[in-house]
Amino acid sequence: MVKEIERAGIPVVHMCTVVPISLTVGANRIVPTIAIPHPLGNPALTHEEEKTLRRGLVERALKALETEVTGQTVFEEK
Amino acid sequence: MKLELGYIYIKDIQFGETSKVENGIIYVNKDELKSIILEDQNLKSVEFDLAKPGESVRITPVKDVIEPRVKVEGPGGIFPGMLSKVETVGSGKTNVLKGAAVVTTGKIVGFQEGIIDMTGPGAEYTPFSKLNNLVMICEPIDGLKQPEHEKALRFAGYKAAAYLGELAKNITPDETETFETLSVTEGMKAYPELPRVAYVLMLQTQGLLHDTYVYGVDAKRIISTLIYPTEIMDGAIVSGNCVSACDKNTTYHHLNNPVIHDLFEQHGKTLNFVGVIITNENVYLADKERSSNWSSKLAEFLGVDGVIISQEGFGNPDTDLIMNCKKIEAKGIKTVIITDEYAGRDGSSQSLADADVSANAVVTGGNANEVINLPKLDKVIGHINYVDIIAGGFDGSLHEDGSITVELQVITGATNEMGFNKLSAR
Amino acid sequence: MIKVVQYINQFFANVGGEEMAHIPAEIREGHVGPGLAFQQAFKDEAEIVATIVCGDSYFNENLDKAKAEVLAMVKQYNPDLFIAGPAFNAGRYGVACGTIAAAVKEELGIPSITGMYKENPGADMFKNKVYMVSTKNSAAGMRDAVKKMAPLALKLAKGEKIGSSAEEGYMPNGIRVNFFEKERGSKRAVGMLLKKLAGKEFETEFPMPDFDRVDPNPAVKDITKAKIALVTSGGIVPKGNPDHIESSSASKYGEYDIEGVMDLTEETFETAHGGYDPIYANADSDRVLPVDILRDLEKEGKIGSLYRYYYSTVGNGTAVKSAKAFAAEIGKKLKADGVDAVILTST
Repeated sequence: MVKEIERAGIPVVHMCTVVPISLTVGANRIVPTIAIPHPLGNPALTHEEEKTLRRGLVERALKALETEVTGQTVFEEK
Repeated sequence: MKLELGYIYIKDIQFGETSKVENGIIYVNKDELKSIILEDQNLKSVEFDLAKPGESVRITPVKDVIEPRVKVEGPGGIFPGMLSKVETVGSGKTNVLKGAAVVTTGKIVGFQEGIIDMTGPGAEYTPFSKLNNLVMICEPIDGLKQPEHEKALRFAGYKAAAYLGELAKNITPDETETFETLSVTEGMKAYPELPRVAYVLMLQTQGLLHDTYVYGVDAKRIISTLIYPTEIMDGAIVSGNCVSACDKNTTYHHLNNPVIHDLFEQHGKTLNFVGVIITNENVYLADKERSSNWSSKLAEFLGVDGVIISQEGFGNPDTDLIMNCKKIEAKGIKTVIITDEYAGRDGSSQSLADADVSANAVVTGGNANEVINLPKLDKVIGHINYVDIIAGGFDGSLHEDGSITVELQVITGATNEMGFNKLSAR
Repeated sequence: MIKVVQYINQFFANVGGEEMAHIPAEIREGHVGPGLAFQQAFKDEAEIVATIVCGDSYFNENLDKAKAEVLAMVKQYNPDLFIAGPAFNAGRYGVACGTIAAAVKEELGIPSITGMYKENPGADMFKNKVYMVSTKNSAAGMRDAVKKMAPLALKLAKGEKIGSSAEEGYMPNGIRVNFFEKERGSKRAVGMLLKKLAGKEFETEFPMPDFDRVDPNPAVKDITKAKIALVTSGGIVPKGNPDHIESSSASKYGEYDIEGVMDLTEETFETAHGGYDPIYANADSDRVLPVDILRDLEKEGKIGSLYRYYYSTVGNGTAVKSAKAFAAEIGKKLKADGVDAVILTST
């Protein structure tokens, strides 16, 4: 799906847990997430902590969208 | 470790006043079994039914299929860590009611259970159409949460299977078969010329209806480890999953793991079957990396020349499969992987979610997306109205005349990735 | 009686070798050369009514013209079946057979088949376009080729279901077809491993695919002005799954209006995805589709705006081809609505 949206001419960031699949299928901007059933959350945390975590991930995704890339790039946690 | 399996061939199953096995027929006292099952406070009701080969019967939604077995000699009992104490099983003697099974069904837990047809085109795709099945329709108490519902159903199956197995404890088997695994050093001495082979058994461990248990431990919490093949024959590994039922290993599959049987068949002739490495398929990437690191390390540790890797499920587990394959090949160990495909209804799409050049020896259980028409059968055990929403069904799957159009995905065990079936694709 | 037209080159028509490769297409009544063996194999189920003979150089040097001429000849007989070759390892002949067999199938809608050696350049060019039987590399393999091509040709002409490549003898054409093997999978795996260990030749049942790539688009210049859209394969839908998106092998995607939605709650949204434990997403769908955070960022001016709709499908067991088609449509809509960037989340 990522590739087709990219092909439509819109920059896209793929937020996913299984980065190897994303790399194999060909996403260009990749942000690794927490776990398959809750990529952007962690039920073990409090609601507030979870929001902070999620915000961090979304901000990293926005950063990825603002970054020029030439090939597949994984935006790991700094 | 050495285990003798004693097969008692079952040709029929009936309800009767006294539960017993006689002349290849299982008789079940419904009330007695019912009272055992309803000891579980989370179950409101249980009904029993029978489904035999060739009957015009459809069972859905199927949760698990379990073969009745009983320990006759040697330590421990069937389903250690679940029903029996955590004793190491896999040695001594075990009796098997061959040709019979317990099938659990009931109100749907998720949208993820399967179909078994006892006749017609659907029957050709599921091995369970050839068995004499005791079907249990279990309904939970009102308001029971999904995990407890799943657990209640799962345990009901084990208990019923153990109950039937117990009936065979004092019966002389029709046939026996012995399986023995030597220690690593003894095996080296016994078969110095033969290539050493291990089996990497991947277990689905992704949460509700996607779990597997080893000696009672939720397998998502293990790191890859070693197990004797005969332990698995005594129920050391049980299924808690049935998502997209075509490629999920029921407890029956674990008990009768075909890779183990076919490796034993060649053991001492063309290869030396060293043992089984079990590993999981978790939802965290770090777990996937760790588990595949570990399984490749264990393969190296055992000093094997080759492994067979069997997957369970599809999608993200394709990555676990490829990681295992790639890392084991990188150690100079030859691999063959067993998987199945999701190539679209017309077969023209990409079959796997992940790929690598080192995976050059693949056995496939077929394309799970292939559409099949199943005619109306005379009797439905369970709930047919879930067909539209179980995995592999779609809006309009269930037709007014009672026939259904579904993907093979819904048929329990159809594209099994232990290689249980003859179905394949090219 | 099934009417058949066959295409062969100058060599198999006994016109001559390389020195006659320049001859243009001509038509002859009945069967010629290898047609005899085919006619015998067909018994009285089918009849070769005409044979088109064409020089290999002529066809390849005048591709469009030759193709049009041969098509016209075929059309004139309006056959039920068209056979080109077999071409074995003759390169130009293989390309001609592939070209014309595919054209007859596509342009005339007539069942069509060809055959050649797997390394013939025509094989890779056309095996996905028309049924192509794998033959030996020289005309010495004619009997074997006829044995495989004739029954498959009859099946095609009769419109019968075509089995898998392994059963029918055609080259794998990218379409996966199920069939029952003689041995169960575990036994095949043990056999394959023994061969691999012994360094013998073995045949994988599924060759690993090549995945294509798309070049990345330029980065967003100013994210604080950007209109951002959310897309997910995690199956997040309004509670009740109004579009009935399938829990697995989805045949559709949903477009949902989130104007005014600040947070996805247990009461309003859920997942339709059947491939993962749904508890966490059902309790709070923001864990898959971060609407809450994007609303905060929108308020704070950290992004321009969140696009009014989000798109969702279930990535579980869903054919790549379907997902591709959904995304192509979604991409088009988003582009037309001036969306600057997309966050796509997967489970």
